[in-house]
Amino acid sequence: MSGKETQDKTGVAADWPLFEVFIRSRAGLEHKHVGSLHAADAAMAIEHARDVYTRRQEGVSIWAVPSASIVASDPQEADALFEPARDKVYRHPTFYAIPDEVKNL
Amino acid sequence: MYTQALDTHGQEPAPAARDLSAQEQRFQARVDAEEKIEPKDWMPDAYRQTLIRQISQHAHSEIVGMLPEGNWITRAPSLRRKAVLMAKVQDEGGHGMYLYSAAETLGVSRAQMMQQLLSGAAKYSSIFNYPTLTWADIGAIGWLVDGAAIMNQIPICRCSYGPYARAMVRICKEESFHQRQGFEIMLTLAHGSADQHTMAQDALNRWWWPSIMMFGPSDADSKHSAQSMRWKIKRFSNDELRQKFIDVTVPQAQYLRLTIPDPRLRWNEATQHYDIGPIDWEEFANVLRGNGPCNRERLAARRAADEAGAWVREAAAAHAARQIGRSPHMAVNPQARFA
Repeated sequence: MSGKETQDKTGVAADWPLFEVFIRSRAGLEHKHVGSLHAADAAMAIEHARDVYTRRQEGVSIWAVPSASIVASDPQEADALFEPARDKVYRHPTFYAIPDEVKNL
Repeated sequence: MYTQALDTHGQEPAPAARDLSAQEQRFQARVDAEEKIEPKDWMPDAYRQTLIRQISQHAHSEIVGMLPEGNWITRAPSLRRKAVLMAKVQDEGGHGMYLYSAAETLGVSRAQMMQQLLSGAAKYSSIFNYPTLTWADIGAIGWLVDGAAIMNQIPICRCSYGPYARAMVRICKEESFHQRQGFEIMLTLAHGSADQHTMAQDALNRWWWPSIMMFGPSDADSKHSAQSMRWKIKRFSNDELRQKFIDVTVPQAQYLRLTIPDPRLRWNEATQHYDIGPIDWEEFANVLRGNGPCNRERLAARRAADEAGAWVREAAAAHAARQIGRSPHMAVNPQARFA
């Protein structure tokens, strides 16, 4: 490793920033997370994403998002976060009993 | 390509001997219920360390695995073969990238892993320390080495750790072409001229036993396998996978009209499996210790590539820094770490 590269406190050269990659597989579908990669800047992130994640025509569009910009929920708080939806089965259509003879409902 | 049961030589104590904490019990219950573990979930430190070691060794194997095949790109016998080989070597590089990313979710940095590879501290699959002497070796690698890797890797698609499992799904999808192109090369040579047939047989003679060894030590000597099984990192034992590989590969060799270099190989009617002769574990241990035919050459090639690429990385970083100066909204935090 060259001395000119930025180093962390252990003397290991610092990694380029991490990006999360999202690919739209074809027009009409949403972008889907496929993985991550390191790149020096945004333009390089797109080029690397092309090479790493679309070698077999997996996509028609790429989003690369700096990983540091992603706000994620905490699994430890998953119960508190998602519990309120658990007892609200009336939000689903199958909750309601409708007689068989009634059509188009 | 190309995992190997190298982690079975790891140092972590087998936790089976002691009582599990309440947290460990909850974790094991999730694993037993086939729930996936994700990066931010609590996990035992030994689980994390086992995965870091296994995934990074797997990634290093992909990267070093580019070298023996890259050796033949300029001498591929036709443009078609050259295009195919380039695509395969690019895939191996890609597989290394997926796996490094998966390992990073466990808290190890890419730079640390690179340093471990370049310093010689990290292990990678023993198979890549053998030389590719003729074009037939490219066929044998695709057919046998990728074939063995697929056998090893398909069960890892169901690994309990989500990011590793997802990387393996992607890799396995791409791997099938690797094996088929290798078999096609062998088929062309084995059914070609007498000289070509001899070349194919010679490649099989040299790659058969190293491929068999790719499955790692026999179950009797694989002391940490049981814990990896409990954690559902590993689904089948080394010997089970090795047997499966032998059973599917022997008929393929027969179709090629090539002879497996094992005089003790024979079909066992009682077990419905092939029996094989003894494996030379001394050779395996020796290659792992760094004394295989190409260990030094492989590391020297990786180090040379790292040094030769340093100015490019510096230039890219300088360019990125200047862009940030011009348009600060482009700035990204270099310490960024997702999950």
